[in-house]
Amino acid sequence: MLNVTGIQVFYDNIHAIKDVSFHVDEGEIVTLIGANGAGKSTILKTISGLIRPAAGKIEFLGHSIVNLSPHKIVRKRLAHCPEGRRLFLQMNVRENLQMGAYSREDVDMEAELAAVYERFPILDERRNQRAGSLSGGEQQMLAMGRAMMAKPLLLMLDEPSMGLAPILVEQIFDLIVELNDAGTTILLVEQNAEMALSIADRGYVLETGSVVTTGNCADLLNDERLKKAYLGG
Amino acid sequence: MDFLSYFISGISLGSIYAIIALGYTMVYGIAKMLNFAHGDVIMVGGYMSFMATTNFGWPPLLSVLFAMVVCTVLGILIEQLAYKPLRAAPSLAVLITAIGVSYFLQNAALLIWSANPKSFSSIVPFDSLRLFGGKLIISGTTIVTIIVCIVIISALNTIVNKTKVGKAMRAVSEDKDAAQLMGVSVNKTISITFAIGSALAAIAGVLLCSAYPILMPTTGAMPGIKAFTAAVFGGIGSIPGAFLGGILLGIIEILGKAYVSTQLSDAIVFAVLIIILLVKPTGLLGKKVLVKV
Repeated sequence: MLNVTGIQVFYDNIHAIKDVSFHVDEGEIVTLIGANGAGKSTILKTISGLIRPAAGKIEFLGHSIVNLSPHKIVRKRLAHCPEGRRLFLQMNVRENLQMGAYSREDVDMEAELAAVYERFPILDERRNQRAGSLSGGEQQMLAMGRAMMAKPLLLMLDEPSMGLAPILVEQIFDLIVELNDAGTTILLVEQNAEMALSIADRGYVLETGSVVTTGNCADLLNDERLKKAYLGG
Repeated sequence: MDFLSYFISGISLGSIYAIIALGYTMVYGIAKMLNFAHGDVIMVGGYMSFMATTNFGWPPLLSVLFAMVVCTVLGILIEQLAYKPLRAAPSLAVLITAIGVSYFLQNAALLIWSANPKSFSSIVPFDSLRLFGGKLIISGTTIVTIIVCIVIISALNTIVNKTKVGKAMRAVSEDKDAAQLMGVSVNKTISITFAIGSALAAIAGVLLCSAYPILMPTTGAMPGIKAFTAAVFGGIGSIPGAFLGGILLGIIEILGKAYVSTQLSDAIVFAVLIIILLVKPTGLLGKKVLVKV
């Protein structure tokens, strides 16, 4: 479904992504894990078009999406829920959700909103409040709801658990599995490697801009070296 | 009664500033740049309306529409040719370019229409309103200006808050990258913003020349700067702020002229700006954005 081949990304003179290749098949949950600064977010931004790679190929559903503008890429139903949520804090909850469906045509807005509100009743209660007035957990739910409104074929999530209480982290991961069961392919970037590997099918481990290990999650979870580096023992 | 008369003139002048300030503030909010050529688009609007009525003999309303169409196209062209190539450039480069475009427009006008002032006849065909047995006279132009400003503000409010285009504008203004990830085309949104701002500048130009009937290549410069002041005064980036700032500035200027000194009225306007910015650096309605992590 998504094929990334040999991408190179530079920030000015810093070689941020060095010849990274990976793929995501339809129906999978694939996770990119690695320490801060390993280049995980940069890879997602490169796929969604916010950053142009210096070299390499990115294909989605068999078509090259390198050099397309971000707004054209999302219209191919490849959505990116960015790090730090990036909600529109001055808009209310409802408007944020409506923005989620911006790239789609012929949307039955009321039905789609109802589906999100059903999943997150708290958002229904707060629909006329500004997103900036929500708590961190509520904001993450809104970010997930906004991503659901895009009805993507492939959803890229960047650190959805960041800064959340453990109970909320679990809720968010349950939702990711649910979305996947409903047919959405997921590319998940996480620092919480253990959590990510527990729900994903396959994983890629990144270190300073390169893929160092890849495999099934079960194998990665048992990898001694990985245990030391990322899984706390 | 004099005071009331001055006050109404102030609101009317302020309405013109508000309409111009809207263009400044919307462009700033969305493209994060100060379009110092905005004032000169007003002047072009004035000349277009003048040409339409005087040279082609068109009716007033048609002349306004003509000015709006020309200014809209001009605004989009300026953005595409001068500002778009600088999207990734430092803001100082964009600012200097904007000043360059401003001089370009003034000198092009000088070349086309010469430095001789044209006397503009008001496009408002209504008679003055006489109240309190003739003690208070409000000109038709004043009334029309205030009404037009109210209509524009309400229309803009509806566009920004209720339509898809408006939501895209707000999204780009708040977070350009996130807006793109939602599927918003930033370039298209910036073009639309310039188009709206320039169409408003055309209206402001016609109203300004109807109230102060001298049209020259520099006609737009001072009102442009004052409207920019109004936008900063109200909180740049905020539409209600531009409205409030414009109206207040108009009132302060006219009352300053009437009760303090005609020569000092501009100084008073800018002094008030300085004081407001010292007390509240974001302007009257400027927002301080809190980010939760």
